[in-house]
Amino acid sequence: MTQHLDDLEARSIYIIREAYARINPMAMLWSIGKDSTAMLWLVRKAFFGRVPFPLVLLDTGMEMDEVYDFRDRLTKEWDLDVINHMCPPEEDMDQTLPPATRAAMRKTEGLKTLLEEHKFKGVVCGIRRDEQGLRAKERVFSPRSLDGSWDFKDQPPEFWDQYKTEFPEGCHVRIHPILHWTEVDIWKYTQRENIPLCDLYFARDGMRYRSLGEKNITKPVPSNASNIEEIIHELETTKTSERAGRAMDKETENSFEKLRSQGYM
Amino acid sequence: MTKKKLSQKLGVVIVGHVDHGKSTLIGRLLNDTNSLEDGKIDEIKAVCERRNVPFEWSFVLDAFQAERDQAVTIDTTQIFFSSSARDYVIIDAPGHREFLKNMISGAAQADAAVLVVDAAEGVREQTRRHAYMLHLLGMKQIAVVINKMDKVDYNPESFEAVSKECEAYLGSIGLQATFIVPIAARGGDMLSDRGDNLDWYKGKTLLEALDSFDVSSPPIAKPLRFPIQDVYRFEEKRILVGRVETGILRKGDTLFFSPTNEKAVVTSIESWPDNDQIVEVQAGQSVGITLSEPVFVERGHVASHEQNLPMLSNVFQANIFWLSEKALKVGNTYTVRYGTSEARVSVQSIDTLVDTQDLGKQDAAPEVPKNAVAEVTLRARDTLPIDPHKDNDKLGRVVIYDGYDVVGGGLLNMDGYPDQRSSDTPKSENIYKVSHSVTPEMRAGMLGHYGGIFWLTGLSGSGKSTLAVAVEKEIFARGKNIYVLDGDNVRHGLNADLGFSPEDRTENIRRIGEVAALQANAGVIVLSAFISPYQQDRDRARMAAPHHFHEIYVKADLATCEGRDPKGLYKKARSGEIKEFTGIDSPYEPPVNPDLVVDTEGNDIETCVKQIVDYIEANVQVGKIESKEEKIRVLK
Repeated sequence: MTQHLDDLEARSIYIIREAYARINPMAMLWSIGKDSTAMLWLVRKAFFGRVPFPLVLLDTGMEMDEVYDFRDRLTKEWDLDVINHMCPPEEDMDQTLPPATRAAMRKTEGLKTLLEEHKFKGVVCGIRRDEQGLRAKERVFSPRSLDGSWDFKDQPPEFWDQYKTEFPEGCHVRIHPILHWTEVDIWKYTQRENIPLCDLYFARDGMRYRSLGEKNITKPVPSNASNIEEIIHELETTKTSERAGRAMDKETENSFEKLRSQGYM
Repeated sequence: MTKKKLSQKLGVVIVGHVDHGKSTLIGRLLNDTNSLEDGKIDEIKAVCERRNVPFEWSFVLDAFQAERDQAVTIDTTQIFFSSSARDYVIIDAPGHREFLKNMISGAAQADAAVLVVDAAEGVREQTRRHAYMLHLLGMKQIAVVINKMDKVDYNPESFEAVSKECEAYLGSIGLQATFIVPIAARGGDMLSDRGDNLDWYKGKTLLEALDSFDVSSPPIAKPLRFPIQDVYRFEEKRILVGRVETGILRKGDTLFFSPTNEKAVVTSIESWPDNDQIVEVQAGQSVGITLSEPVFVERGHVASHEQNLPMLSNVFQANIFWLSEKALKVGNTYTVRYGTSEARVSVQSIDTLVDTQDLGKQDAAPEVPKNAVAEVTLRARDTLPIDPHKDNDKLGRVVIYDGYDVVGGGLLNMDGYPDQRSSDTPKSENIYKVSHSVTPEMRAGMLGHYGGIFWLTGLSGSGKSTLAVAVEKEIFARGKNIYVLDGDNVRHGLNADLGFSPEDRTENIRRIGEVAALQANAGVIVLSAFISPYQQDRDRARMAAPHHFHEIYVKADLATCEGRDPKGLYKKARSGEIKEFTGIDSPYEPPVNPDLVVDTEGNDIETCVKQIVDYIEANVQVGKIESKEEKIRVLK
């Protein structure tokens, strides 16, 4: 297993360094969850403890208190440069969308205003292929038009670790360094590297969060796993999906597809 | 307790002709290995009943049809499943002809391939095409499944006939099927279970066949290749980072860098968070090292040991597949990337065009159309470190770009091309190392500033000369020794013998680069204002004095420059009076990674002048920095 984690790590570090060599200016989305925190650890490994670009929290003001506390703790402990970017209010979203999808749209819009303000040409995102059917379609370097839209039916070919790193003016690229990891990989790596985590992932009173989102649209799942060891064991036996607690994915049949094609992470 | 699983995931690509049953095979395999979420099958059953169609295993994969997608963990691109022996990731490759690029994207990252062939239809167009691509991608582990055995009544003779047909084609392109398995994916026969219908077949099931394949292991036994990905500087350290592609790198090793012919010893292998004393790293690892000497190294250079060097050449052959609507043509210019190297190349010849159907070869074809396969000869402007694919399958493969887009890829061969290293004398030592008794610091102390080369590049009419003149005036007024090199003072004397052909342009820029280097070494701030349209030429100018060189992109688009046309040159070029005019009938390559971009379209002259003046001031200042060294990233 440790060889497997070494391979995943080496590949992610290669991708992160490739992005840094090729894309400027860039930033990394840090949602404070387990995936992007593990990714932040990989970034620090890639740059020997440094984080040479800003981290961004797309903040809806609706994250759970424990999430904000964790952000503040790590920002201080690791001396991070964090842009806390406020997303536009829910009233500004398309009112015909179902409520959870609408709430999630705030992040999409927040990302757009972030790109407009800071002119980032690349944004590092901690999505994984095994999370959700549509994310599985992603490329490691995934180009977006200025409005963030994603043409999943006509993606550029990508092979032999040569990525598409140049774009016409007005486009940006999403970089996905942990696309090839699975949920269990993340947990095993977090355990091995002793990466700090928000407490909400661990069971209290028979419930835990498997995936962290805004408090209005994320629910805990039944679980007694109170440490990483137990979580790994739970994941190796469960057949329910990681995003089962995320309402926005399945309000209507294609709500996640809609969200993503409009620029959601 | 189950037996111990193999630790690494095996990547499998499923290829084959459209409707030969790839998706059904995957859906069924996921079900039979118990890899589907609870309720998934009931969900599909319900959908099929509602639509009044028979149950379809391929629906499992249809993630984009939203009514069949409810936050699942599977997809048509990457699907995870497990046998009792190991974990797998399936990379599905759509069989439609126009989706060849997806198939290549998938197959290029797989360890093994399953080629699906319909028992009733036999080998078809895409069977051949996909098999040929597997060959071109270097795939060695291939299982052929003869599917839909139910359609031929599980008849062993039908199986034999189609098997022979497959073997014949694969053999003709130098591929060999490791296994040929009869299956009926719909009923699940011979996938993970043997089923009851194919008792005459005594070989492995598909899953057993897959379990016997190996995950490609890192090539540690090959000669060391460490392509430099980037150079970071922090505190007192300069760290070269990259991935060891082949071989083993040890602390204390003497590394030899190509194409510069520089040498230095590995003083440390860096790590974080624990600064462990790492003494050895090997193929597949992303690492950082420090060197004993501050030799000039940058992205794209390749470190090896002193024995077993890569070849150096400016011309090479490649067996390529072509993915673009715009055909590859002789004379066209493209960018190739391999490892961390990037080079502009032009197509010297199309040596053979291969028909993947009948394997007919057409010599000296005029072009390579979309989805075709060919052997081509490419010529670069500079000599590049090259490993043919037969020696190094990581670095011996190129991806071809046209503008922003990936348009093809293939494998390098150097058959018949000599190593040019011997003819390439290491001139670096005379230039980079100060052999004068007067050091740059002493000069700077006297002059009040360091020397430097500020290389303006941009289209004709972008504003280079205007800015150069204004910047020279301003910097000089501040008591600094600055001198503008431009066409007027170079073309009439030093380069009076040169015209405007691509070769002469290259030579023109080479000479200017050398002159600028001499001047900068003498402590002068050199401001050059040449179109210098080719990245390779600018890169070479940088190589003449890497620690002095700053590439400044004076940016304005063609329409704007043509609108300005201060010397009436565009008009003449359009009318054909001037030939090979940059932007009109000769290309301009914008800087890939400029040190400064000055946008003359969006800003007025004063703003642009100030931008350049501030940049120069910051980079020639005494005491603050010891002038710039290479393209390094300073990390805080």
